[in-house]
Amino acid sequence: MPEDAIATQTGEGAANSGPANYLNEPRGLWSWLTTVDHKRIGVMYLFSVLFAFLLGGIFAILIRVQLLHSGGGIMKPETYNKIFTLHGVVMIFLFIIPSIPAAFGNFVLPLMLGAKDVAFPRLNLASYYIYVVGALLGIAAMVTGGLDTGWTLYTPYSTSTNGSVSLMTLAAFILGFSSIFTGINFIATVHKLRAPGMTWFRMPLFVWGIYSTAIIQILATPVLGITLLLLIMERMFHIGIFDPKLGGDPVLFQHFFWFYSHPAVYIMILPGMAIISEVIPAFSRKNIFGYKAIAYSSVAIALVSFLVWGHHMFVSGQSQFASAIFSFLTFLVAIPSGVKMFNWLATMYKGSISLEAPMLFAISFLLLFAIGGLTGLFLGALSVDVHLHDTYFVVAHFHFVMMGGTVMAFLAGLHYWWPKMFGRMYSERWARVAAALVFVGFNVTFLSQFLMGSQGMPRRYYNYLPQYHPMHVVSTIGSWFLGVGFLVMAGYLAVSLRKKMDAPANPWGATGLEWQTSSPPPTHNFEQVPVVTHGPYEYSLMGAGK
Amino acid sequence: MNSWLRSLIVPIEGTAHAAAVDRLYVFLIWLTAFFFVLVAGLLTYFVIRYRRRGPDDRTPRITHHHGLEFAWTAIPLALVMVVFFWGFRLFMDAAVAPGDALEIQVLARKWVWQFEYPNGVRSVNELHVPLGKPVKLIMTSDDVIHSFFVPTFRIKQDVVPNTYTQLWFEATEPGVHIVECTQYCGKGHSTMLAKIFVDDEKKYNDWLENGGDEGKSMPLAAFGAMLYANRGCHTCHSVDGTRGDGPTFKNVFGRPVRLIGGRSAMADENYLRTCMMTPQVNVVLGFEPIMPTFQGMLREREIQALIAFIKAQSDLGGVPPAGSAASSAARGPSGKP
Repeated sequence: MPEDAIATQTGEGAANSGPANYLNEPRGLWSWLTTVDHKRIGVMYLFSVLFAFLLGGIFAILIRVQLLHSGGGIMKPETYNKIFTLHGVVMIFLFIIPSIPAAFGNFVLPLMLGAKDVAFPRLNLASYYIYVVGALLGIAAMVTGGLDTGWTLYTPYSTSTNGSVSLMTLAAFILGFSSIFTGINFIATVHKLRAPGMTWFRMPLFVWGIYSTAIIQILATPVLGITLLLLIMERMFHIGIFDPKLGGDPVLFQHFFWFYSHPAVYIMILPGMAIISEVIPAFSRKNIFGYKAIAYSSVAIALVSFLVWGHHMFVSGQSQFASAIFSFLTFLVAIPSGVKMFNWLATMYKGSISLEAPMLFAISFLLLFAIGGLTGLFLGALSVDVHLHDTYFVVAHFHFVMMGGTVMAFLAGLHYWWPKMFGRMYSERWARVAAALVFVGFNVTFLSQFLMGSQGMPRRYYNYLPQYHPMHVVSTIGSWFLGVGFLVMAGYLAVSLRKKMDAPANPWGATGLEWQTSSPPPTHNFEQVPVVTHGPYEYSLMGAGK
Repeated sequence: MNSWLRSLIVPIEGTAHAAAVDRLYVFLIWLTAFFFVLVAGLLTYFVIRYRRRGPDDRTPRITHHHGLEFAWTAIPLALVMVVFFWGFRLFMDAAVAPGDALEIQVLARKWVWQFEYPNGVRSVNELHVPLGKPVKLIMTSDDVIHSFFVPTFRIKQDVVPNTYTQLWFEATEPGVHIVECTQYCGKGHSTMLAKIFVDDEKKYNDWLENGGDEGKSMPLAAFGAMLYANRGCHTCHSVDGTRGDGPTFKNVFGRPVRLIGGRSAMADENYLRTCMMTPQVNVVLGFEPIMPTFQGMLREREIQALIAFIKAQSDLGGVPPAGSAASSAARGPSGKP
């Protein structure tokens, strides 16, 4: 119940109505554009990635409407191929990779550590502008012809097709630097700017998750950068690296690409898991179960994730021996994710569970990510993957992990920290409506895709055989519910911004340091440097944050 | 129960390998269903049983439990190792073809599948194989990466330019099986389909010798319409006048065509035949020279049928105009006679 939660604010929360906070001090557009405040940069990232999510979502709805019929419909095959490519590129590079780390990581990580800012504030601002430049180049590539390569850019198709492939590749190359700068910043911040008493094992698990993500960002992203640069050189100067006509090896591209892009899916999911590790204890009002196991499993996932890229290539022609090794390691990397799942459940045991919006999205995460993770076992098993590879089963699995996982966690984080970021409470009732619409719509959209993929429906098909038609129709209808859910959400969040600031410092009775400063926080985060004397989730000892 | 589950979620089992893969598939479904029900059940139970009753709820301080944590690490680990070895075993079985397998060469190109049999016979978008005999496909691509996927056989293999990849199967289910391209290859990707005809040895040999009885009882133009659809012509050539990667078939017959190099030609039977057999000779102005040759892949009656079909798409069909190509070139391709 929100009323109960509001009643449990901390003593310091009384200062929340003070006029000076990071949003209004200093004033003016220029002060925002030149800000080095991590909170403002986080907010700018938040609205940028939400715009990208809207754009990618429009592409998604167009795809689903097109697939109401096999062939014909609202677009030609060339257009369809461009639209699904843009959906992938926008969602991956402009939305999901920066989403949680750049928006919430920037905003709350220094607060959680009791720091005034990140270690390199100017680098942080630079990373945002690099993101903007990359995004603008990406949009330029879309309007100057687009591209039809799929987001995976497999050679030699991508080196031989027309369209703005080089421009889009350059955009992704530049976006990579934004990601690297953010990663460097977070690692340095975690190492150097922890408040007095904030030992490594007193750090919130969100920090552990973002830290692990940052390791992947700085180690893997350069490989993507190099690969994309090679692709551009091959397209522009005909240097033979991947194209067999020039003496290159097309499968080499797949190795390079997945060497980044598999760890990248952990860049996408680890921050999501990190949010869940905050929200579940807060709304169960209970210590997290297995703190160290969750912390170590994040780091373990980050490291092992570098060794499983070949499971995207079981049918590519790589050696059977390599495939066997990659399959084995893939099953190993599944274990830490399973461990986390059981830890979250155990956290709820004997808790005091309240179902406000952030918890509803966290529960959606648990259910959907469970399906996403378990269907990964089908794809890890060699001979089953051979059947399912490049079918809608993979599309559904990926969306269950990325949308059912990361996006649900993103929404949990958005609803959890929204009062902290903007000082306003949104309508809890409408948030429930949106959570229900998104959950139901998502399942209708993607459960049907598991079925049709299993029956042999390949991905990236403009025409399809008649037996898949009913499942495509069901999937499309689901996507409309999903779309309406997000529109409702945009509505009540926008409305909340128009009213007076009413959020207490700690609306959820949570224990993290970010809740001990006012909502929204002052420019320098804390009136006094906090001193940390205990772990991050002492809900039981502290009696619900009091 | 299990066979009902299989019929719901996967296509028919066209090979013994498919049946073996399905056993693992069904095992995985039960295994993952168990864990999902466990997670969802506990979640639901906890949410109901431990819902917040008031603002002063206190909770016990439980931080960890070594036994429990060991159990939920070790038990899933043991189970996934079973799945790994099971999947690996079947994968290796499928990797090595028996020594006596019938070898068929496969060439993939945008957006057709071409097959060549040991005796030199070739076919497009249809693969004929004998029932109950191992067949080994040796595959390569002429342009980009494609992938050869037979859902009913549960097999798939990328087809890569400059490399030979292999696939084998022993079909146990007679009839027609669908091949789908599953590596995205551009505009015609979703129509790059082929059919596998699994027939008994006698019927297979008959097809190899005589080309079977396909289209024998059909009028030429109707047979041509069928070939147009399943030999891949339709991925580039429209019949309604829309521009594709190749010229439309609408109103092409009987009219002059402007070619690259400043030449022009009359679209008559010989012109169309040349276009199919040696497409690089006559490249229509404004199009890329990407049409693959069908030399040796179409039987004589099939060529005649396609020409008859293209004729039928023209308002001049069957009535070649008088006059040479040169004198009619001035009217242009869309000019009225």
